[in-house]
Amino acid sequence: MKTLSVSHLLGIKYLQLEDLHLIFETATHFKEVINRPIKKVPSLRDITIANLFFENSTRTKLSFELAEKRLSADVINFSAAQSSVKKGETLIDTVNNILAMKVDMVVIRHPNPGAAHFLSKHVKSCIINAGDGTHEHPTQALLDAYSLLEKWGDLKGKRIAIVGDILHSRVALSNIYALQMLGAEVRLCAPKSLLPKHIKELGVSTSYDLEQTLRWCDAANMLRVQNERMDLGYFPSTREYSQSFGLNGNLLKKLRKEIVILHPGPINRGVEITSEVADSSQAIILDQVENGVAIRMAIIYLLAAKLNIPIQ
Amino acid sequence: MSQKILLSEKKVSIILHRLSCQLIERHLDFTNTVMVGIQPRGIYLLERLVALLKEKKPSISLQTGKLDTTFFRDDFRRSEKPLAANSTEMHLSIEGKSVVLIDDVLFTGRSIRAALTAIDSYGRPKAIELLVLVDRRFSRHLPIQPDYLGAQIDALQGDRVKVVWSDKGKGDIVYLEEKETENEV
Repeated sequence: MKTLSVSHLLGIKYLQLEDLHLIFETATHFKEVINRPIKKVPSLRDITIANLFFENSTRTKLSFELAEKRLSADVINFSAAQSSVKKGETLIDTVNNILAMKVDMVVIRHPNPGAAHFLSKHVKSCIINAGDGTHEHPTQALLDAYSLLEKWGDLKGKRIAIVGDILHSRVALSNIYALQMLGAEVRLCAPKSLLPKHIKELGVSTSYDLEQTLRWCDAANMLRVQNERMDLGYFPSTREYSQSFGLNGNLLKKLRKEIVILHPGPINRGVEITSEVADSSQAIILDQVENGVAIRMAIIYLLAAKLNIPIQ
Repeated sequence: MSQKILLSEKKVSIILHRLSCQLIERHLDFTNTVMVGIQPRGIYLLERLVALLKEKKPSISLQTGKLDTTFFRDDFRRSEKPLAANSTEMHLSIEGKSVVLIDDVLFTGRSIRAALTAIDSYGRPKAIELLVLVDRRFSRHLPIQPDYLGAQIDALQGDRVKVVWSDKGKGDIVYLEEKETENEV
């Protein structure tokens, strides 16, 4: 049996292709587990996991918590809003204090890019990145890729468009790494102001024309406009954004082919995607959510296997 | 590593016939019985038995499943490598049914313990029985014994009992691979 090449999940950038396949294979088994009448296995009953969320999250936090509980791990939750961080404690101190309570793994979401990486260097624990600022969101990319693989079987030669707020999106970067590793072609489509300057160096093509991009692609991942990260006006108005970069039923009909629609959630209905499209059969948004739990179970299981063996 | 034949083709074939007769004796028409092969190697024995049962009683309809016990094992994180899972195919409920767990070799009993926990996820069975082809006696770590038994054998701790299932369904052989002792060249 293979093992992961890493002891932390900090980003897709640090993973090998074999790691991705191992995670997907394990996730398939866990997907079967979560569809049983009793959806729980005892593998991680001797492990404690801390979910540290320094930034708001609903889906990812619930998904991680559910994955941990379905593996029988003990879970403690922490959100920055009600914590000593507000009293001036540093990140390392906060985490070390939590680890002193004998925690084996840390799932962290943080507004600063590189936070997970920084922690992995300074604390003795297994770190899983659940999103660090505008940098990476590896579990999201893995579940997106897994959902597409489930649909198609193979991503080699497939064309995938990532549309929307690329500049502020950690989902975009992780997706680019994962999809390219699996042999897919990636095109980014966004207003000029929301495309990072040197993004082409990652080997992706770019476009400012949504209709053209949709004609080109086999699947489109519609990103949310991250208003909370926008300190400037990147586009004149939400209405204008949705007219140029929002996906609606008419646009889809014009394509005369069926493309797969993904969305990492939460959806701003009527902005990047209309309700008609989000609820259509082409959208695999809810599959993504279901697969999210299985993917996270696989990652936690495989990383837990690399933790020190408890009893000698 | 030296290899010797424990059960020849003929013996395996006789044993399989006997086991299927014993199953019929106890389960009659199999309406309330679910036969579950334990992954990865119990499923071949399950396939053989299903074929024999259908041959002997063409009218019966058998309910079968394949169960993987990886996530229920007690040795996760006790070795360097994680335990690789196999697929589970249990598209049925075992609520109120008699379950026959099927595996090729019974050794320490730990896989069976894991299987007993894993099967719980699919309901509360009326009873669970265990059928094995080979019982490595005197090597149990847990108080687990088979209800249906092919053959009992004696083997040393480091030895390996290997069941080779042929593709065509005939010519199945059980080998004993003995660990060479230090005195041997």
